[in-house]
Amino acid sequence: MGKTFAEKIFAKKANREEVFPGEMLIITPDVLMTLDADAEIVYRFKQLGLKRVWDPDRIVCAMDHYSPASTVRTATLLKTLREFAKEQGIKRFYDIGEGLAHEIMVEDGHVLPGQFVVGTDSHTPSYGCVGAFSCGIGTSDALPIWATGKHWFKVPESVKITLLGKMPHGVYAKDIILEVIRHFTTKGCTYKCVEYVGETLKEIKMAGRVVLANLSVEMGVKATYVQYDEVTRSHVARANKEYEPVIPDEDASYSKTYQIDVQGMEPMVACPHAVDNVKPVGEVEGTEIHQAFIGTCASGRLEDLEVAARIVKGKKIAGGVRLLIAPASRSILREAIELGYVQSLLAAGATFLPPGCGPCMGLHQGLLGNGERCISTGNRNFMGRMGSHNAEIYLGSVATVAASALGGAVTDPRKCI
Amino acid sequence: MGSLIKGKVFKVGDDINTDYIIPGKYVDIYEPEELASHAFEGLGEEYPKMLVGHSVIVAGENFGLGSAREQAPNALKGAGVKAIIAKTFARIFYRNTLNVGIAAIECPEAVQAIGQEDEVEIDLERGTVVVRDEKFYFASLPAEVRDLLEAGGMVPFLKKALDVPA
Repeated sequence: MGKTFAEKIFAKKANREEVFPGEMLIITPDVLMTLDADAEIVYRFKQLGLKRVWDPDRIVCAMDHYSPASTVRTATLLKTLREFAKEQGIKRFYDIGEGLAHEIMVEDGHVLPGQFVVGTDSHTPSYGCVGAFSCGIGTSDALPIWATGKHWFKVPESVKITLLGKMPHGVYAKDIILEVIRHFTTKGCTYKCVEYVGETLKEIKMAGRVVLANLSVEMGVKATYVQYDEVTRSHVARANKEYEPVIPDEDASYSKTYQIDVQGMEPMVACPHAVDNVKPVGEVEGTEIHQAFIGTCASGRLEDLEVAARIVKGKKIAGGVRLLIAPASRSILREAIELGYVQSLLAAGATFLPPGCGPCMGLHQGLLGNGERCISTGNRNFMGRMGSHNAEIYLGSVATVAASALGGAVTDPRKCI
Repeated sequence: MGSLIKGKVFKVGDDINTDYIIPGKYVDIYEPEELASHAFEGLGEEYPKMLVGHSVIVAGENFGLGSAREQAPNALKGAGVKAIIAKTFARIFYRNTLNVGIAAIECPEAVQAIGQEDEVEIDLERGTVVVRDEKFYFASLPAEVRDLLEAGGMVPFLKKALDVPA
């Protein structure tokens, strides 16, 4: 019997011939990612009375949620983190404005195929996009790793999702994953490792693969895997580091399998207040919006900014609508400036936010007021998530968000591209 | 925390996410006592007060989905919650709950039978929940996890395990 991606990676990390779902194993992760919203870890580490982290070279720390600080309290937390990183010799420390932790990890090659990575953020399973096993943990769960490098992890069961067919015009990875979430629901893949394979992936580059992996979190996954192929190889080649990919066997055993033919698919939108409340864009078209947001760890990459710039070029966003854009990293922003995307977006009336999480988590930089409605490229649309309890959040592809900013209402992007 | 937990029930529904348990604007707070005044505020401003006096949460499916923020179980801990019985838990929240020293129990049958304000008695070692003379069984927590709860969560547990001088 063949083995799944998760089974193979756990066996490799635990030095075992084979492992089975449900087994608890002690693992030393290759990398531990942490970020500013989890500054609590420093506080707990000090509470624990420990002096040094186990290996500062295995830690990546990025400031993105409070980028830049909007309260004295968060400013002080950032200061604490900077000082801690310096004192501990954590070299891979990214200050505000450098970008989203999840983007930096993938962009700067801190995560490679075949690695086992943990991060103190629920969207850590994003790194399945490069074929790494990555799962989110809480701050206390990071403590044993910071202290000793080791912790226990359970081998998950796996789900295989096969993408078939050619991507239709105006349909993106975001639309596919929203359709997958509609099928599985927000609890359909709890504790599972979800593998994405199939011919359609040839057309889905790294920016789209991140979206598949990132949004999978909304089905409850522990980790993800997107097939290791030429797209992966050319992406990770930039890091110029040695790595050993882990590839699932054809005859592995899965708790669920699902095939989706993307041909004939329409742009999809997740409606308030649940990520699995997914409808074809046509069913909600014309719903008035007040804000359109391009950003979060599910978007804001160069390809996304290219699509948005192409849609709004030479046009103006609708009166009464704010179009907010938070690029996923500083280098993406610089490239988008050089390629003219930023100029097109600014000319259309967009407002740029610093690279970081923007208003997604309801902290700052574009919260929603009472009775307002936003369409976002993000991954969560819970009630109150971006500000007021009496606001609504719709989630869609970057094309749907840009088209909706022009229309002042939820709009089918196929009319604009 | 001993192996026995007794208390009054605060019951919530399915898909209660961590944003509802503690909104994002409070993630810069770390102390359970301070977080408690915002517990369940995402469901409505009146909720933190409604929760007072309840030490057992009974929830439907997928309790704690969403953000990994440990402030969610810590807010409940600060409010005096000792155990959560749910039909199912989201993965990260489940681990976080045990790590802050709250018992997390999956027992769909008990959830079905327990009502708002019921008094329940939980035995972690035997794996039983008793409500109004009815007894329900759940997979008892392993000794290691009971030790973690007994210690009061990950920080005191690790302190002992790693033999960190006080």
